[in-house]
Amino acid sequence: MNFDFSDEQKQLREQARRFLAEKCPPKAVREVLDGKAPYDRALWQGFAEMGFLGVAIPEQYGGAGAGQLELCVLAEEVGRALAPVPFSSTVYLAAEALLMAGSEAQKKKWLPRIASGEAIGTLALFEGRGQPSPAAIKLAASDGRLSGVKLPVPDGAIAHVAIVAARSASTGRDSDIALYLVDLSADGIEACELANLDPSRGQAEIRFNNAEAEPLGEASEGWSLVTRLLDRAAVLIGFEQVGGADRALEMGRDYALDRIAFGRPIGSFQAIKHMLADMYVAATLARSNCYYGAWALSTDAAELPEAAAAARISATQAFQHCAKNNIQVHGGMGFTWEFDCHLYYRRANALALALGSQSYWEDQLIERMRQRNAA
Amino acid sequence: MKGDAMNFDDTPQEAAFRAEARAWIAANAPKQYEEPLRKASLGRLALDGATALEVAKAWQKKKAQAGWACLHWPKDYGGRGATPIERVIWQQEEGVFGKLSFLFIIGHGMCGPTMMAYASEEQKRNYLPPLASGEQIWCQLFSEPASGSDVAGLRTRAERDGDDWIINGQKIWTSGAHYSDYGILITRTDPSVPKHKGLTMFFLDMKSPGVEVRPIKQANGQSDFNEVYFTDVRIPDAQRLGSVNDGWNVSLTTLMNERMSIGTQITTGVPELFDYCGNLMLEDGPAIDDRAVRSKLANWAVKASGLKYTSLRAISALSKGERPGPENSIGKLVAASMIQEVAMYALDLQGAAGVLSGPEADAAGKFQAMLLRAPGTRVEGGTDEIMRNIIAERVLGLPGDIRVDKDVPFNQIPTRGRG
Ligand SMILES: Cc1cc2nc3c(=O)[nH]c(=O)nc-3n(C[C@H](O)[C@H](O)[C@H](O)COP(=O)(O)OP(=O)(O)OC[C@H]3O[C@@H](n4cnc5c(N)ncnc54)[C@H](O)[C@@H]3O)c2cc1C
Repeated sequence: MNFDFSDEQKQLREQARRFLAEKCPPKAVREVLDGKAPYDRALWQGFAEMGFLGVAIPEQYGGAGAGQLELCVLAEEVGRALAPVPFSSTVYLAAEALLMAGSEAQKKKWLPRIASGEAIGTLALFEGRGQPSPAAIKLAASDGRLSGVKLPVPDGAIAHVAIVAARSASTGRDSDIALYLVDLSADGIEACELANLDPSRGQAEIRFNNAEAEPLGEASEGWSLVTRLLDRAAVLIGFEQVGGADRALEMGRDYALDRIAFGRPIGSFQAIKHMLADMYVAATLARSNCYYGAWALSTDAAELPEAAAAARISATQAFQHCAKNNIQVHGGMGFTWEFDCHLYYRRANALALALGSQSYWEDQLIERMRQRNAA
Repeated sequence: MKGDAMNFDDTPQEAAFRAEARAWIAANAPKQYEEPLRKASLGRLALDGATALEVAKAWQKKKAQAGWACLHWPKDYGGRGATPIERVIWQQEEGVFGKLSFLFIIGHGMCGPTMMAYASEEQKRNYLPPLASGEQIWCQLFSEPASGSDVAGLRTRAERDGDDWIINGQKIWTSGAHYSDYGILITRTDPSVPKHKGLTMFFLDMKSPGVEVRPIKQANGQSDFNEVYFTDVRIPDAQRLGSVNDGWNVSLTTLMNERMSIGTQITTGVPELFDYCGNLMLEDGPAIDDRAVRSKLANWAVKASGLKYTSLRAISALSKGERPGPENSIGKLVAASMIQEVAMYALDLQGAAGVLSGPEADAAGKFQAMLLRAPGTRVEGGTDEIMRNIIAERVLGLPGDIRVDKDVPFNQIPTRGRG
């Protein structure tokens, strides 16, 4: 048994942390938050140059051919720095979908462009309120053309390519849903940015009007691909959440040591100490669940669905818990635009809703535990 | 990258160890008790008191004879010199029979390691093997009526008399004192210095003249802990552990060693609740299909898995020769309140009938027993509040509480005991 990242993976983490500390200070996050740019182009290019975008993409498609564990390590740092770049949509969703189900030609066309930072990708799954489910997908596919509306689509307004879940039949079965690969510059596609909780990352509406699309993977396998894709992305976003939770905890701890009230550091009041201790507990449980998810992801283990759901639920809780209490520790200062606490609060609550919210994952977890117990 | 990638695989050596352990357990475990042990849970014993003691001791002895007791202890002291991972493998293979170790947790987890660190070589060879084999049971005599969380405020006195020390005072909440053969005892040897500086640690024979053990009936009706009175009890100086007045540091070693004996079997109540909800029928179907039930279950399940993987991370670190981090201090804090909440929820699902705790009760009254035992878990071994203080101070580096008594000689500290 080895239940830790390797030394090389830890070095990669250090490297990414130093890189992000320099290139992605809170000021850079705020540029995007304040609407001055749709995403941080220079940082994105830097990610490409560092090899971060293609870390899990095989060498024959222009990547580094490392693996999912390396990607987990990077995800944690991206989450910690709140990097305002379309990393999760492009790497955990689009590139993963291509790797899972893309044809040789599709992989050859898009993966090298993703690895080099030229192409931004995303997954267009949701159509308004509700959890991931085949029934919720109305966007219609017929004769290789798509019509309908997707929202919210993460980073949809800046993406070049989208994986789109569409309805190709109405038998009421999962096989009604097929995945398509869509070049978003094609005719009949309109994307517009929507106001969202965390403007440091975009959310868009994309309208498809008889737009051209290529099938991705087996037509009848669409929903099972979506489920697998969500499971895999859940672990990776879990690491972003763990990174964010840790940083929010550190911010709270540092402020508690610094701020004096009633003649003593507020960190000497037990109410504050115990709040921070509980944040540490939540962050630690989440980290351990995510490590298990990382193992399952990297080995494609049969345990992945259950591990992913546990990682996702735990990491969501931890980031929300740490982000909200970090504001509490900061008092009035925590509620100013100027302090960075709200950046973490926004990101925590936005990530909590990506990939389906807690009730979806709670359902998935229980269903999967039940299957395991029955086996 | 592949060589040391994350994995849960056994090395060939570990696989051989597992196979050997499995075969030995299959041939030797007391199978007749498997079913009651499976059903046992916090607050509900598998077997009645006398039988439990007998069965647990017999199993421990059998293990010791075949080299399966206290696996991580050196062979000379009754152990096996096993690696941390081999211990985990053993625990996985021992399964429900591991519940029979309950009598030895304090002795093996706290008293043994303290003896290993401070007793003479001869004492270690004399006392540790029978402790490992369960022939002798040990208890921990720390808490007193006026000093539980504030254990350094203890008042049991030890006064030097030639080659002996004479002990007078009272301990309380001593688990297992009524069936223990030995105990480690912390006493005050100098009341004229600040409280942490005048303590001394000993071990003693619980049959020594002047030791009186009085069982206490717990809130849940059972009697696992005791008051222990000391009246002019003589302990030879040779049974002192550590230097005179250095008992506080010795006690810290005891507690730190506890961390090294990390296990993966943490009682949370979650598997029990999961099973229960799978079988329970509500008006519109099985409880486990109910949205609200699922949400509750999922939230507890991820805490339980988080604890499990936190200890596996620590064991992994330990096996590479790293010191386990402080993560493990969260285990008891999280598990104790969880088990209490889980029990309450299981009763809530039963509606009015949840109040019944006899043979009519669902799941044979398991959750009722859990509910009544859980408050003790939140207190024993450091209360929730003390655990949070430890995390805040030692892990996060926050300031210690303001201590008005820290630098004051012990005999000048104002006191108000209880009762
Ligand atoms: C089932 C059980 C088994 C036990 N077994 C043993 C044993 O084998 N050997 C042994 O020596 N002891 C044993 N104990 C004793 C146990 O260690 C003490 O009960 C525990 O440390 C609490 O001490 P106390 O009871 O004096 O409570 P107190 O210390 O009086 O605490 C009362 C309340 O005040 C809070 N409090 C106290 N100090 C602080 C602080 N600094 N900050 C915030 N809150 C604080 C506590 O959290 C608690 O809520 C056992 C206890 C139980 C319940």
